[in-house]
Amino acid sequence: MKFKAIYYVNQFFGQIGGEDKAGMKPMFKEEAIGPAMGFNTLIKEEGEVVGTIICGDNYFNENKEESMKFIMDIVKKHNPDVLIAGPAFNAGRYGMACAGVGSEVNEELGIPVVTGMYIENPGLDAVNGTAYVVSVPDSAVGMRDALPKMAKLAIKLAKGEEMGKPEVEGYLPQGKRLTVFSDKRGSKRAVEMLIKRFKNEEFKTEMPMPVFDTVEPADAIKDLSKATIALVTSGGIVPTGNPDRIQSASAQKWGKYNVADIDALTGNAYCTIHGGYDPVYANAVPDRVAPLDLLKKNEKDGVIGKVFDYFYTTTGTGTSVGNAITFGKEIGQELKEAGVDGVIVTST
Amino acid sequence: MKLELRKIHIKDLAMGNEMSVKNGTLTIDKEAIIEVLKDDVNVKDVKIDIAKPGDKTRIIPVKDVIEPRVKIEGEGNGFPGVSTAVTQAGSGKVNILDGAAVVTIGDIVGFQEGVVDMWGEGAKWTPFSKTYNIVIDISVIDGLDPHTHEATVRMAGLKAAELIGQAGKDVEPDEVKTYEMGSIFEEAEKYPNLPKVAYVEMLISQGLLHDGYIYGVNSQLILPTLLHPNEELDGAVISGNCVAACDKITTYQHQNNSSILDLYEMHGKEINFLGVILTPELTTLAGKFRTCDYTAKLCKSLGAEGVIVSEEGYGNPDSDLLMICKRLEESGIKTVLITDECSGRDGMSQPLADTTKEAIAVISTGNVSHVVKLDKADKVLGNQAAIATLAGGWEGSIDENGVLSCELNAVIGATSEIGYHNLTVELY
Repeated sequence: MKFKAIYYVNQFFGQIGGEDKAGMKPMFKEEAIGPAMGFNTLIKEEGEVVGTIICGDNYFNENKEESMKFIMDIVKKHNPDVLIAGPAFNAGRYGMACAGVGSEVNEELGIPVVTGMYIENPGLDAVNGTAYVVSVPDSAVGMRDALPKMAKLAIKLAKGEEMGKPEVEGYLPQGKRLTVFSDKRGSKRAVEMLIKRFKNEEFKTEMPMPVFDTVEPADAIKDLSKATIALVTSGGIVPTGNPDRIQSASAQKWGKYNVADIDALTGNAYCTIHGGYDPVYANAVPDRVAPLDLLKKNEKDGVIGKVFDYFYTTTGTGTSVGNAITFGKEIGQELKEAGVDGVIVTST
Repeated sequence: MKLELRKIHIKDLAMGNEMSVKNGTLTIDKEAIIEVLKDDVNVKDVKIDIAKPGDKTRIIPVKDVIEPRVKIEGEGNGFPGVSTAVTQAGSGKVNILDGAAVVTIGDIVGFQEGVVDMWGEGAKWTPFSKTYNIVIDISVIDGLDPHTHEATVRMAGLKAAELIGQAGKDVEPDEVKTYEMGSIFEEAEKYPNLPKVAYVEMLISQGLLHDGYIYGVNSQLILPTLLHPNEELDGAVISGNCVAACDKITTYQHQNNSSILDLYEMHGKEINFLGVILTPELTTLAGKFRTCDYTAKLCKSLGAEGVIVSEEGYGNPDSDLLMICKRLEESGIKTVLITDECSGRDGMSQPLADTTKEAIAVISTGNVSHVVKLDKADKVLGNQAAIATLAGGWEGSIDENGVLSCELNAVIGATSEIGYHNLTVELY
């Protein structure tokens, strides 16, 4: 049986029209249109394009939710083995649409997605590890080269074959750092790399340095005596027994616990489950890690208006930046909605 | 210093009424070991088992791994300043039960110990699936405080390794390796044209289950210090830690430090190996500045032209690693770093907790959050339920078919940052 592919294109490649049609709503045709035709020929031995979704670039980017609802309904109905989008070359809005369709279809439905973009297309960042992206030139003259590369990847993915390295398979790295076995132990590779450096030979680092986001600080609190302050910690302080089973390293979740009626985090009721530091002193006095006692004292003394009713906690050790960002957004959202003015975050 | 490491290849392991090595079979007298370990008033009970490569056996929670040895010529024996009197390590002849290992298990605080699988999928991820393991489960008397508990288990493992090592005392080795190096001036005169290389070995130094020891001195208490490489190969450095199992340096890995061995291998050929600088990873900012400045200064004073720096653990020590790198590179010293990474289960996160543009040559020994699935074991030494609280495990790690899922975090030696194992990371 042949595998099924659905194709996504914009108004131009969907042969509806140029910029004047960029506002068109998404539509679906049960045939291969534009690049989907060439693509269909390339996969015809093993698969076929069962239909083409066409959407205006402006419409998609200005009405993403509505567009995605239509697109997801089509994809769910036809349940293809693979979805193809573009190639978008260096068209920014088209690239964003390919990335938007690709990431949602891939993340929500688990269907593999293949697209093509120029290396500077802003859509590339938005793909964020979901679709496989073939590197294509900045204009449509590259179509002839792009389609066979995309077809090769699509066939592999549709058949569930294991995907090889980016440079071998011809896609841009998705940013996934995958652990693999080397033929030499780490220390040997280190000595060899150092010797290469001495000889001024080319060497390749196994870990390009990370680039970090910067966070702009919020405005200062003008009157602390009227402010509600929340306590958040990555030091793993939890009620004894760890009711939410937060991990001791590489946390996958966070917890919140009501502290409205207590003045301190005491050693019997609370403990640390953090696997990255000597727990003895934190278990004796959990306030050492999450100083609820001092916050409550400041509340009593009128230095701060109120200590927020809940404190929030997770484990920082070995927790990925990706998870930390998710936790931060979720906790931040709750605190913001609860009208909290300031937060004290303690780490260990 | 001249050290002869005389390897007796161990090819099988058995329980018996004597400690002996005959035709490569190591026989263990269980009762003799129990008797010695019970000398410690804090030890309540000792259980001893064996696990061989290929056995469908899981060992959990593992605290330390130690190589059994005996010194047959030269000063001292065992682990000077810890299990035996302080002597100068690094010279003489040592008989090694190569291929055997003492593995200590038992809950201490329950977060930082790890897993060793002797067969199948799990065996690929740990170097200690290839050793014939004597597994020692130590329980301590009730009411012992955690720090004393840790020290008791640490000492019991070292003593057991010394005792078992005696079995090789009069056995002819299968292989002899000689490690000899003179003063840095002598070596520089011998190899005037070879670039001088120092090895900086960072040691976790952060409290209970997070400390290394040098001649019995807790590394928290030291300024960075210079060792002749032979000293570490001869038992001067031991593990008192159980940081995440994947990247703690076990005592066995100190005794067989792969970075030292691989640098030694090139000594006199491509490089002039100057020695080992042990650097504590401290928790305070002032401590980090002090040790990183001091480490760079030692490298410069030695005239190093190149340095390999290995980390232990992850998180805050990433800063120490990169601070040392920055200082060295700014001094014109070519630097290669060895570290693992915390890129998340999906591998999509930044690998380190810090960054510096000077770190242009880095060896990655794997992502600690890489998830592996380990088949059901026929036999479990220790307590498999420990996985729920271990770093790298979680509640529900074991499914209804007995398959254990965990991050590499929980697997002993998987992402060894002294480069003892053969994992790396590729960008996909």
